[in-house]
Amino acid sequence: MSGMAGPATSLPGPQAAAEDRPRRITTRISGADLVFRSGVRLAGLLVLAITGLIAAFLIVRASGTLRAAGWHFLTNFQWILNSSHLGVGAVLPDTIIIALIALIIAVPVAVATAIFISEYAPPGLRRAMIALIDLMAAIPSILYGIWGFFWLMPRFIGVARWISDHLGFIPFLKVPGAYQPGNFENSTLLAGVVVSLMIIPIVASISREVFSQAPRGEREAAYALGSTRWGMIRTVVLPYGRGGVIGAIMLGFGRAMGETIVVALIISQVFTIVTHPLKSGGNSIAALIAQSAGESSPGMISALIAAGLVLFVVTLIVNAIAAVIVARSRSGLQTAE
Amino acid sequence: MTTTSAPEARQAQPTAPPRPAPQRRIRLRAVTADEALPLFGAAAGAIALVWLLYEQVLPLSGALGFWVCCYVVFLIFYATVTAMTAGRQAVKDRLAAVAAASAGLFALAAVAGQIGYIAFRGWAAVTHLNFWTQTMQATGSLQPLTSGGVLHAVVGSLEQLGIATVLAVPLGVTAAVFLSEVGGLLAHPVRVIVTAMTALPEIVAGLFVYATLILTLGTRQDGLAAGLALTVMMLPIVTRASEMMLRMVPGSLREASYALGASQWRTVWNVVLPTARSGLTTVSVLGMARVVGETAPLLFTAGLTNFLNANPFHGPQTGLPLLIWADIRITPTANMIERGFGAGLVLLVMVLILFTAARVLGGKAPGELTRRQRRRIARDTRSRPITERQPS
Repeated sequence: MSGMAGPATSLPGPQAAAEDRPRRITTRISGADLVFRSGVRLAGLLVLAITGLIAAFLIVRASGTLRAAGWHFLTNFQWILNSSHLGVGAVLPDTIIIALIALIIAVPVAVATAIFISEYAPPGLRRAMIALIDLMAAIPSILYGIWGFFWLMPRFIGVARWISDHLGFIPFLKVPGAYQPGNFENSTLLAGVVVSLMIIPIVASISREVFSQAPRGEREAAYALGSTRWGMIRTVVLPYGRGGVIGAIMLGFGRAMGETIVVALIISQVFTIVTHPLKSGGNSIAALIAQSAGESSPGMISALIAAGLVLFVVTLIVNAIAAVIVARSRSGLQTAE
Repeated sequence: MTTTSAPEARQAQPTAPPRPAPQRRIRLRAVTADEALPLFGAAAGAIALVWLLYEQVLPLSGALGFWVCCYVVFLIFYATVTAMTAGRQAVKDRLAAVAAASAGLFALAAVAGQIGYIAFRGWAAVTHLNFWTQTMQATGSLQPLTSGGVLHAVVGSLEQLGIATVLAVPLGVTAAVFLSEVGGLLAHPVRVIVTAMTALPEIVAGLFVYATLILTLGTRQDGLAAGLALTVMMLPIVTRASEMMLRMVPGSLREASYALGASQWRTVWNVVLPTARSGLTTVSVLGMARVVGETAPLLFTAGLTNFLNANPFHGPQTGLPLLIWADIRITPTANMIERGFGAGLVLLVMVLILFTAARVLGGKAPGELTRRQRRRIARDTRSRPITERQPS
């Protein structure tokens, strides 16, 4: 703009300079550009419309159930179709418990992996590890599910029993009653462990990206002050990446809550609030929907869609919070826009 | 006094000072014996001690617990050994390095374990030729592996993936162009919505297509419905990742194009998209790899069938993930479980092929050159006179 105003300012005389105003720039958009712009804008609108449709159809289809049950849909413990005693009150807590267990296992491993990739691995290994994490995210969930069901479950009973026997003084880690292998099999804990494997790549890849953006000058400053590598990571990389990592954890939490097939394969469905995660039996909203896919009575479908809507809204809230946290963090400010 | 004597001394001794001995280059990442041996020593000691205590003395058993104990004891040993020669800071530093590396190893072991286990269990089924050429049309759940196959599910999966790709990739990339090149008031809500859609639980995508197409429009479960459910999953993945790729295209390239008088449409088509081509390809193929293994969207939409149905627009058409689910959940006889693992191996190979293709086809950041391009530039540089060369 200043370049365009250049010739005007070089005119002699104070009179002319006083009248000098920046020229208004009008860009005439050519016809082809107009078509192009409206075309891509249409694509954006289409994406909006599809999402709007999802929300609209879910709400319309769920309205029958939601009208009958009202807000009690969130707190009702029973699953009795076509009645006001229908709700996800027993299912929603276990959905969250499974996701929390998955996070407790996945977050330390994922963050440590991210640190290894961005700080310790030599360049060749770094590229291979990034590909490996991507591959881990691409392995279909049903394969994690059958691995967990056929391989991990028999081997996990011993671990669960040991925890129950020796850490049983913590109330929720106790499995009540006499020991039976079946009591430990289809537990919330096992579902959480398998889901954690699917959360690791999400958290690890976002964390790695954030860590690798930690400013070079600050790293070198830490080294120049005599810091060890770990000291540098602790004082520069981790604080820099904190917001991004928290956002990644929230994203992983949302994904873990929506995870369907693994939970549906492993857990045996019960409609009570799960108080002992080591004990067989549990449920999650997504697994509940998946396991009822064969039944297509209108009441059931409406109830399932209402449950799906609840899941969608909860995940949306979690993700929105994650987005805000990332955007407010130092690393997020530089990556956004 | 010293200031005057120094130049005199230099004049008196015109010969150059003795050259220092040739310095050995310090390798920054070299591994010394001091670093490596404590690692091995601590590992060996930990395994030996834990074996003795865990297997022989204490009443414990189980492989999982054994390795967990080994790891903890290893960390203690390693810290102790390091503390004998170095200070607290060094101990912390080494422990952090070992912990980070073992997390990386854990991820590697998890992926290798998944692939190895599925390959191991699925091998019995896929080595039968009929597994690839037949359907389950005339095969009961108790019949041995020499009969029946997954051809119908492979065909279904490929067609559904095709539908999803044809719909999601153009729309996703166009929406990404809108977000990154055109923008405006509409861009913000679209970006927010796309981000929110990446959180869409997979089962809800299936439910949505079921509620829209099958309940409202009254169509039947078929390949198209399954493909659309996969599209809903794939669209936000492709849009977001493509936008990232387009943003990595340097602004100077766009400005150069505008400066040459190109219109915006020409700039996007001839400069931005070709620069980001490699990245966009990777993004699309990775998106395909992500959705081909999705089971939950198919549950409500594809319909389970044992017949080969090559027409995605009519009649139920099963997919590989759905077939695995049915084999293991609905009719879990020993033979069906074997078939399920076989189908799992086929699915895994499909994902691996797509994944490798994504790496081979692209995987380069915008502006990053291929090896051939780099070689050509190097050759051109060499043929020019030496004064023009830039220090690398």
